[in-house]
Amino acid sequence: MRGTKNGAAKHADRRPWILKRLPLLVWLVLVWGALWQDFSAGNLIFGALIALAVAQAFYLPPIELSGRFNWLRGLLFLLWFIQQVMIASFQVLYWAVVKGPRIRNAVIAVPLRSPSDLLMTAVGHVLSLIPGSLVVEVDRGSATLYVHAMNAPTPESVAKVRQGIQDIEARLIQVMGTKEELAAVNAEKAGAPLLTHAGEPQP
Amino acid sequence: MNTLLDVLTGVCLVVGAMMSLAAAIGLLRFPDLMSRMHAATKPQVLGLLLMLAAVGLQMRSWALLPLLLVAWLFQLLTVPVSAHMVGRAGYRTKHRRPEMLSVDELDDVVAAVVEGESPDS
Repeated sequence: MRGTKNGAAKHADRRPWILKRLPLLVWLVLVWGALWQDFSAGNLIFGALIALAVAQAFYLPPIELSGRFNWLRGLLFLLWFIQQVMIASFQVLYWAVVKGPRIRNAVIAVPLRSPSDLLMTAVGHVLSLIPGSLVVEVDRGSATLYVHAMNAPTPESVAKVRQGIQDIEARLIQVMGTKEELAAVNAEKAGAPLLTHAGEPQP
Repeated sequence: MNTLLDVLTGVCLVVGAMMSLAAAIGLLRFPDLMSRMHAATKPQVLGLLLMLAAVGLQMRSWALLPLLLVAWLFQLLTVPVSAHMVGRAGYRTKHRRPEMLSVDELDDVVAAVVEGESPDS
C-alpha cells in the first residue's frame, strides 16, 4: 500500500544546517532540562551540546514545513483536542459497559485534502488519540487513511466518522497548513465542495 | 485553598483510575482484537493526563511541571504508533472478524491489489 510521492517539487533549502535543525535542537534541550528538572544556564548549555551530538549522530530526514504556524489556532486546537479526548473516553467506557460484544465497527477510507507527510501524520495521530478511531493503513500516494472506527453500524454513522476526520484535517490546516490549503478550507466554509488529494468525488 | 486543591486532586485520581477500569472492562467485553485495541490504548491518554495533573496539583513545583508535560507528550507520540502497529498487524494476519464490521473499505483495495499482482491464482 505504499504509493509513490507525486508532484511536490522539493524546495532547495539554502538555510545553514543549524537553522534547519533549530526546532529539533530546542525541543531536545527542553526535554533535557525537563528530565533534570533544572533549567539553569549551565545545564542547558550542556544539554545543547548533547542535542547537537544527538542530531548529528541520529540523522532524521528533514520535514517539509509549510512555513505557517498560527499560535492562536494551535492553542484553540489543543483545547478542542482535550475536550474531544474527554468526551470520547467516556463514550468508550459507555460502549464497553452497555454495548460490549454487540458493538459494530467499520474500516473506513478517509481521503484527505493535503498530500503533506506532516499533516497526514498529524491527522493520524490526533484521530488515534481520540478514543474510538485508529489508523489501520495509510496510502501515502493518494493521501488516504484507512481508519478503524468503533460503533459505526450504519452508512450514516460511517459518513459522520469520515466527516469528523476531515474536520480534524481542516482544523490542522488552519493551524499549520500551507496558504493554498487554508484558502481551500476557507472556500469550503463558503460552500465550495471538499477537494481531496485523490480527486475522487465525495459520497 | 488547600482543601480545594486536595478535592481537585482526589477527583483527578478517581476519574483517572476510572479510565483504567474502562480499559479493563473494554478488554473483557469487546468482541475482537481491533475493538480491544481501542479499549486498551485510548482511555489512558486521558487517564494519564488526570494522574499527572493530580501529581502536579499536590507537588505544586514549577520545576516539576515540564517533566509532567514531557511525560504526557511522549505518551501522545507513542500511543498512536503502538495502536497502529497492532491494528495493522492484526488486520493483515486476518485477526479481524469481518462479521463485526459494518463496512470494510480497505478489503476492496487489498483485494484489488492482490488480483492485480496475481491474476492467475
